[in-house]
Amino acid sequence: MQKIIKILILFIFLFVIGIFYISLKRDTNYDTSSLINKITPEFKIISFDESNFYTRDDIKKNNYILINFWSSWCTPCRIEHPILMKLSQTKNLTMLGINFKDKNTQAIKFLSELGNPYDLLAKDKNGKQSVKFGVYGIPESILINKDLIIIQKFVGPLSFEDYNNIIKIIE
Amino acid sequence: MLSNLGNILLFLNVFLSLSIIYVANKNLKISGEINKNIYQLSLIQSTSIIICFFVLISAFIVSDFSLITVYQNSHSLKPLFYKVAGTWGNHEGSLLLWAIILSIFSFLFLIYNKNHPKKFRLLTLIVQNILILGFLFFILFNSNPFSSISPIPKEGLGLNPILQDPALAIHPPLLYIGFVGASIYFSAAIASLITNYSEKSFSHSIKGWVLFSWCFQTLGILVGSIWAYYELGWGGFWFWDPVENASLLPWFAMTALFHSLIVFEKRNLFYFWVIILCLITFILSVTGTFLVRSGILNSVHTFASDPSRGIYILIFLSLMIFGSIFLLFQKYKKENYDLNRNSKETFILVNNWFMMFYLITVLLGTIYPIFTDALTDSKISVGPPFYNSIIFPVVIIFLLFMAFGPKAKWIKNKFQNTRIYLLILASAVCLNLTIIFFFKSYSLLSNFIIISALFLIMSSLMDAAKALKRNKFDFARIISHTAFGFLVLFIGLNDIFSIEKDYNIKLGETKKFEDYSIQLQSLDLKNYKNYKAVIGKLEVKNINSNKTNILNPEIRIYEKPKTLTYEAAIKTSLIKDYYLTMSNIDRSDYYNIKFQKKPLMAWIWISVIMIVIGGFVRLFNNAKNN
Repeated sequence: MQKIIKILILFIFLFVIGIFYISLKRDTNYDTSSLINKITPEFKIISFDESNFYTRDDIKKNNYILINFWSSWCTPCRIEHPILMKLSQTKNLTMLGINFKDKNTQAIKFLSELGNPYDLLAKDKNGKQSVKFGVYGIPESILINKDLIIIQKFVGPLSFEDYNNIIKIIE
Repeated sequence: MLSNLGNILLFLNVFLSLSIIYVANKNLKISGEINKNIYQLSLIQSTSIIICFFVLISAFIVSDFSLITVYQNSHSLKPLFYKVAGTWGNHEGSLLLWAIILSIFSFLFLIYNKNHPKKFRLLTLIVQNILILGFLFFILFNSNPFSSISPIPKEGLGLNPILQDPALAIHPPLLYIGFVGASIYFSAAIASLITNYSEKSFSHSIKGWVLFSWCFQTLGILVGSIWAYYELGWGGFWFWDPVENASLLPWFAMTALFHSLIVFEKRNLFYFWVIILCLITFILSVTGTFLVRSGILNSVHTFASDPSRGIYILIFLSLMIFGSIFLLFQKYKKENYDLNRNSKETFILVNNWFMMFYLITVLLGTIYPIFTDALTDSKISVGPPFYNSIIFPVVIIFLLFMAFGPKAKWIKNKFQNTRIYLLILASAVCLNLTIIFFFKSYSLLSNFIIISALFLIMSSLMDAAKALKRNKFDFARIISHTAFGFLVLFIGLNDIFSIEKDYNIKLGETKKFEDYSIQLQSLDLKNYKNYKAVIGKLEVKNINSNKTNILNPEIRIYEKPKTLTYEAAIKTSLIKDYYLTMSNIDRSDYYNIKFQKKPLMAWIWISVIMIVIGGFVRLFNNAKNN
């Protein structure tokens, strides 16, 4: 009996330390890749000019939709902007830009300088809406199809590879 | 220059530790007194590590940015006080503080335990020095505060402004004395196992250290809570944050330990249990450090994470754990406890069960997210509801035991005066009903908590009165136990009677609610040495009594690094605190204010201080008696 208890104690400690070790190797960043292939959560987000709200119904209108979270204060957003501009020329794709925790004047300045790639423009002043999409840093983009299924998530600025990827999917 | 000096001193310390281990080991085989050289080496060791720390402090004072640690955590514009406090406010510096406490405790234990067996003392010294070596290697090869950087930066990166606070400056040292202090009875326990030193007198060698570290651990936790209360701006003081939990885990073990030490000292029972508690207290301290520093848990505490640190501490931790287990298994002999169910021994054992229950609850809550993440890939976080719903109901029973336990007699007890206790219970219930009648009603659980807290307080006070008559007064226990009752009572009342209101308010506007009105009277912009502040002037008026209070919450804009912090304005009085935070709303004339009325806050702090005073009284009494 005593032996069993001893082995059990040893085993428990080994187990705990093993888990600690595994955890060390893991990326502790919050990861939302599990959202892929899931349906887009319901949302109601105010348009940039505060004239109306966008919901899931607004994004069902086209075959594909790319939701892009951006802000004027985010440098990587500037880097990915040319790619967004290029994507805006594709027909099959509606682009919804969500301005994240930004100042209106700054955001307008940003778009007038670099161009406006978005078909729909919304804003998320306090970042609460973005949480639903599992956004924890910007820029981040989410590709959704007509059935509201999340096809892909792009954390960080879109690259040319991502661009080709998106084009391949939607064509 | 300072970098070289620091490194030299660190290497000197490695050398000293090795020599102490060598000389002590040699001395073990010879009979007679402990070699005088060992005392000297140990003294030099403590002195040189302190000098080493002063070198680091002076690097912070003169803003020597050639040291990475200084560059990353300081700034030439920082007030002197925070430059100094910045020394231990970061990972590298705080490890040096670890090493200091390990060394000083090692020296003090050596000189203060002259009437214990030589072998036991030497082995404690050796084990402690192995721990010191482990930390020195960690400091030297992984987290060296004296690492230099070139080219030398002109300016430092600053310190997180939220950490620029007097309470937080003293919080780490207090806490470290607590849980690093636990190292000495870890070493003593190992030495005791190896040398089979299991007599009652073993308890004398560690009793003081346990109490001492417990007092500081409690103070450290208190100061941390006070800081959280006025700095984090949520109005709470305990958040069950993983780092807070990490400080609470050893505390439970220490509390269990010094209670069971009473039994061990008196009845020579529970030897192995005492040893196990000694071992797990320090193991929990290191586990806590691992969880916090390796970055596998996310928390409000901002220690930058680095996996290589984690690996090192984990190896250290594993060696400690498996070394202890191995030794314990070898030496373990089944003890037969022939305990009378109604005796002081049993009651103290009950205290230990409760402590273990709390310990396991908090430990599970803290590491559960790590397990689910590693095993099932799902991210969850265990929040206050878990702890509150498990811990609080159990507190009720715990308080009742706390009221009866200390009065029980050794070996065989018989409770007398049951009628008096029923009377006390009845008056506790009445008092509780009175509170409900005059103020407001609250949940059933809260009712029970208030009643049991009142019961403990009243019966402890009755004890005090009785003991005073007979002139046999156990100050320490009565103060601590009564204060604990008050602590639970005040936390309960505070929770029940807090008011919280949230408004958007414009300059000149007045908001009214219940018996209060709040007016935003003016806003001021002020420039300080290392930040700018928007200071609001708000008048809080109690409509019934016509009393007014002016509160000045601040929005601070720090430059290095660029951060916005919100400083709560707190008006403390003995009966209640007014707590007000203000934040700006972009592009609008409105400010968001959060007003809280928190009754009896000051008494929560005072209760904890009283608990600690009880600890110190016991400590001094013990010292006097020896």
